Amino acid sequence: AWYILSHINLIEKQRETKGPPNGQVDLEVEKKEIKTETSNDGSGNNNANSSSPGSTSLGATSKSPTGPAEDQQTLLAVLQFLKRNKLNESVDILRREAGLSVEIDDSPGSASGGAGSGGASNSTVDGGDTNSLLSRVSIAIPAAPAVTAAPVPPKVTASGGEDQPDVNVVLSAYSQQGDPDLYPLYYNGLKKFIESVLDCHRAELSQVFYPLFVHMYLELVYNNHEVEAKQFFEKFSGDQECYYAEDLRILSGMTKKEHMKGNETMLDFRTSKFVLRISRDSYQLLKRHLQERQNNQIWNIIQEHLYIDIFDGMPRSKSQIDAMSGSLAGEAKRDANKTKVFYGLLKEPEIEVPLDDEDEEAENEEGKPKKKKPKKDSMGSKSKKQDPNAPQQTRIPLPELKDSDKLDKIMNMKEAAKKIRLGSDNLPSICFYTFLNAYQGLTAVDITDDSSLIAGGFADSTVRVWSVTPKKLRRVKSAADLSNIDKESDDVLERIMDEKTASESKILYGHSGPVYGISFSPDRNYLLSSSEDGTVRLWSLQTFTCLVGYKGHNYPVWDTQFSPYGYYFVSGGHDRVARLWATDHYQPLRMFAGHLADVTCTRFHPNSNYVATGSADRTIRLWDVLNGNCVRILTGHKGPIHSLAFSPNGKFMASGATDGRVLLWDIGHGLMIGELKGHTDTIYALRFSRDGEILASGSMDNTVKLWDTLKAFDDVELDDFTAATGHIHLPENSQELLLGSYTTKSTPVIHLHFTRRNLLLAAGAYNP
Amino acid sequence: MAEERRPKQCTVVLPTESMKAMAESIGVGQLQEESCAALSEEVSYRIKEIAQDALKFMHHGKRRKLMTSDIDHALKIKNVEPLYGFQSQEFIPFRFASGGGRELHFYEEKEVDLSDIINTPLPRVPLDVSLKAHWLSIEGVQPAIPENPPPAPKEQQKAESTEPLKAVKPGQEEEGSIQKGQGATSAEAKGKCKYKCKKEGLIRMKPRSTHELSVEQQLYYKEITEACVGSCEAKRAEALQSIATDPGLYQMLPRFSTFISEGVRVNVVQNNLALLIYLMRMVKALMDNPTLYLEKYLHELIPAVVTCIVSKQLCLRPDVDNHWALRDFAARLMAQSCKTFSTTTNNIQSRITKTFTKSWLDEKTQWTTRYGCIAGLSELGPDVIKTLIIPRLTIEGARIKAVIEGPVVSNIDKIGADHVQSLLLKHCASVIAKTRPLPDNMEQYRVDYGYLGPMLCSHVVKARAQAALQAQQVNRTTLTITQPRSTLTVSQSGIGGSVGSRTPSIIKVPSSLTLMSTRPGTPTQPSPPATKYIVMATSAGASSTQQVITLSSSSASSVTSTVASAASTLQPLVKLESGGGGSLGGSRPLQKYIVVSLPSSASSSLESKSGMLPPSSSSLEAGMKMERSDSPGASTQSPH
Repeated sequence: AWYILSHINLIEKQRETKGPPNGQVDLEVEKKEIKTETSNDGSGNNNANSSSPGSTSLGATSKSPTGPAEDQQTLLAVLQFLKRNKLNESVDILRREAGLSVEIDDSPGSASGGAGSGGASNSTVDGGDTNSLLSRVSIAIPAAPAVTAAPVPPKVTASGGEDQPDVNVVLSAYSQQGDPDLYPLYYNGLKKFIESVLDCHRAELSQVFYPLFVHMYLELVYNNHEVEAKQFFEKFSGDQECYYAEDLRILSGMTKKEHMKGNETMLDFRTSKFVLRISRDSYQLLKRHLQERQNNQIWNIIQEHLYIDIFDGMPRSKSQIDAMSGSLAGEAKRDANKTKVFYGLLKEPEIEVPLDDEDEEAENEEGKPKKKKPKKDSMGSKSKKQDPNAPQQTRIPLPELKDSDKLDKIMNMKEAAKKIRLGSDNLPSICFYTFLNAYQGLTAVDITDDSSLIAGGFADSTVRVWSVTPKKLRRVKSAADLSNIDKESDDVLERIMDEKTASESKILYGHSGPVYGISFSPDRNYLLSSSEDGTVRLWSLQTFTCLVGYKGHNYPVWDTQFSPYGYYFVSGGHDRVARLWATDHYQPLRMFAGHLADVTCTRFHPNSNYVATGSADRTIRLWDVLNGNCVRILTGHKGPIHSLAFSPNGKFMASGATDGRVLLWDIGHGLMIGELKGHTDTIYALRFSRDGEILASGSMDNTVKLWDTLKAFDDVELDDFTAATGHIHLPENSQELLLGSYTTKSTPVIHLHFTRRNLLLAAGAYNP
Repeated sequence: MAEERRPKQCTVVLPTESMKAMAESIGVGQLQEESCAALSEEVSYRIKEIAQDALKFMHHGKRRKLMTSDIDHALKIKNVEPLYGFQSQEFIPFRFASGGGRELHFYEEKEVDLSDIINTPLPRVPLDVSLKAHWLSIEGVQPAIPENPPPAPKEQQKAESTEPLKAVKPGQEEEGSIQKGQGATSAEAKGKCKYKCKKEGLIRMKPRSTHELSVEQQLYYKEITEACVGSCEAKRAEALQSIATDPGLYQMLPRFSTFISEGVRVNVVQNNLALLIYLMRMVKALMDNPTLYLEKYLHELIPAVVTCIVSKQLCLRPDVDNHWALRDFAARLMAQSCKTFSTTTNNIQSRITKTFTKSWLDEKTQWTTRYGCIAGLSELGPDVIKTLIIPRLTIEGARIKAVIEGPVVSNIDKIGADHVQSLLLKHCASVIAKTRPLPDNMEQYRVDYGYLGPMLCSHVVKARAQAALQAQQVNRTTLTITQPRSTLTVSQSGIGGSVGSRTPSIIKVPSSLTLMSTRPGTPTQPSPPATKYIVMATSAGASSTQQVITLSSSSASSVTSTVASAASTLQPLVKLESGGGGSLGGSRPLQKYIVVSLPSSASSSLESKSGMLPPSSSSLEAGMKMERSDSPGASTQSPH
């Protein structure tokens, strides 16, 4: 289905490029137009079928028991759209692909109804997808010519006649205006009211200030009240929470209606509703106040641009609110985190340990339970029974284990047996790999799981691989030489290597921009790199050549990572979309769209069924690889997120951002369970020890800090109420959890890695 | 960090003049004011937008500094052609100029001579990226190796001394807490440590001031202190070098501080000049170490230094030993610490000034102390000289006159007065040369400054000439000019050895001196007991050397000869070895040694004609003059 989706997007795009009204416009404009259309479409459906959304969406879900409802709705929306644009062939393809019977779609009510309920979010999703698909013109689809011929629907033309239709549509909500002079009065009135309410409500209601402020300001700007807008901004921007400073700065630059066109931040505000969580009591208070005062201006904004998630129970305290807020679009809706996440680990395949060494086998026997002790509560003994929280073994197809993988696994177990038990009284040793003479050019580092290779991505577009063991890096011999090798010999693997090429490091040339993300495959045969040039490249570490360039992100790709089982990888970039790829497909398998700003970091869950992405919109999202759904939205960071790490048992996640804080998350409940303060600058590296007892964080402030996560997770008291409402009291215990802080000599720490024996490796470039 | 930026948030736009200038540069004249205003707003907005995007690239580039490449990339994602050709350098390539009511920022592009480029050898190929591993931490403890930062940065030392209650970060707790007192037994410290470890997490305790040195640190301390006061000059140089440069000595700082203060206390009583000099050099080295936060130990160090400046007696034979050099050196140290550590709260400088002035004004003060006070004051800078010393020149001159021209009371007094005189002349001349209007009338000077007037006058004239000469040469002889002070070396006299045998050691000195070339001069004492020779080595350039030679050639004919030839000790007392014209000195052309030998009176078996020692005042004068003749030049050249 996703495949088709992207095809459809492509078609749309092609139609746009060839379509008569906007034939020769630059890339930028195209993109926007596509966005408009989809949102147009969404809103159109909304209007048309708002009468019966509930029943129809229900119908849609009931007919597709396998796929989650949202996915289905998206599909239906797309179908509807295609049909209206008379893209019948595509409709057929999509239907076949999706396995939907014809009758369903023929009942127009159901289709559009589905779109209706999911309209707002879906439209943005599509927009995002199309964005990134701009460059992919390579696929020829039979439908394409028909598409070009197809008449453009009148509605689109109508809006397309204008210069920048999308913005106008998006902003149209701002067209209703009151007297600009009254804005400060309104705002002040509300401010006074909120200051006068009971303490318990004040904190909650204060949340309204920021989105209200932003929208009022934008309304003023949109309606060309430049002076008033400036005054309004100056008067009230100081009241906003300090963690919105970054956004306010962007807003402050925006003083004219023309500026609003194409400003992403602004579009984010408009296209996504700002989510607030407010207790019922507080909400009633606010509502009553506004209605009494007939303060329609504010009420309208609240109605239109804010999503107020009302909950029953005690209002939250200021600290509780502060912990969760800070993201670009408010907090996550509570329903957004309700989906069950299978955070358990997959069962390890049974591997027969070779019988050559009795001792080692014994060691393994000893080693295994030792390793699993700390995880027993979550997953039990992994070799015996299935963890109830684990996904089905075959939930997503995983590559078969090769012999070499099995060997590696055995090595892994042997090493693990020698692992040091870490803890608060037994801190790991840290070995620091300093990149010298990098001249500020080091942008990414990765270390193989067995800690034998280090790769660095550099601003000069190169990728360099070092061997940190005595074993040098060798290339495979050329084809001609290979043909001379005796393929039956035992050491054929040794023989294929070219001794002459042995060196400690190799340089990989291919990118045409700084390399921002880098990742080794688990089997150490491949290396991925993502770059400013918009591509992700797959390199062979046998031949040290580039194998594939994955094009899809048209903009800088900030991060990429291999799945822990290999084969799949994920990438995320400036186009706000994270993509899931398989190494043998040149097109993405899944597109995870939903972030409101750049996807800055991507991480696979240890069971490979989920992908976590951190974004510049200050949220973390967890995506289901199986169906591409967003299953968790985690808010609380006050700056772009630059590092993510899953605990080895898959239950917890840590994230670090430019705000210098590390947040700990319980994935199962979708809750923030800890906040680790101490760093003073962006955290670029996070890593759990092999047993998950210690979290290491590395930062731009030239320190590596170690945190006692065992204690952090223990300290959290999770009763049913907090689990249900998500209102957690964070213990202020950063100082107690901090086990150690080690300052480097002006070397920002940009990567951390625990070896299989729990030695901590850190890497960074010396920055004199 | 957001809070810091907050106040800066405002809607700044580019001035419309910039728009005009830009328009003109692309050939659009006569831009209307309104268009300019509209344009400037638009341009400002776009620039901000690009800058915000560029920040993203900076963050992902893991840098703190925005580079031109970030701007290029930001333009690229906006589908704008990047601005090619801008290299990020460490500086902003714009220069500012104003004139004719216009202010301009321009890109400075120097004309480059092609032949220069062709003829210059190629620069070295930049080093390739390489990987280096080291231990950042071993089981939770950060090893003190060069790859790691010094265990406690100066700020932290300061923070800990000013806010002792602040919790220490656990990582540094093991070796981080700085100790205030000392003398706690290691067992006690250990107990505390254990207790603390156990308690960790329950109560965060105030870091104990007790502290334990690791075995290595104890060894280091022992080695260093032994080398510093030991007999081997090479070792001492190494030890001082270590104190002056090694990071992470702060744990030993209290011990060093005590070592010095106790050492001075004991050795002043015993009049052990050599040891006092060693200790002062240790102080100097500690002050030179950029990683040490000395403020906490000033209460021990300053008294020790001041003692070495003003003590009545610093050596066993005040008439022969050159304790003056020590006083000078210590005075410089004092001045330096005043400069670095004096704040409005501790008021070191004013307190020190008061102390000096008080004892100087005292009639009964001995000449030695008097000398020390004046030296201490005059090192504090020309302002102090001007306000405190010059007004008293007349009185002081009278006193000197009384001693020198009056009946010989005691030889010691005479020497003292003589030294004071030369000191005053040396320091005052340069200041007067700068402040006094030109006509240098001998008589006028006598009226103004009394007994010292005429001498002062000639010094001032010399100083002016020197200054003028330097003004001419300022371009060429940079090294000579900036080298402010001569370096002192105190060398021993071998007990029975001939002077010739010592020569090597004396000649060797400069090489060791280069190691510790430091701002104030550094007296060194190569080996054991009695001090008889003071070797003054200045690395003066050819020109000043010449001058000195011509000045002194009349008295010291042995100028160019080696020290060995100077074995004709009795009268010369001063040997000037000038490499420049020397027969032997060819190998070290820039060094010049003034060897002031002050043979001991009767006890010295070395100098055959020891009886001759009581220097005929003329010969000593000659020696002193030489010193002086050298010094005004030096002092005018010196920065202050």
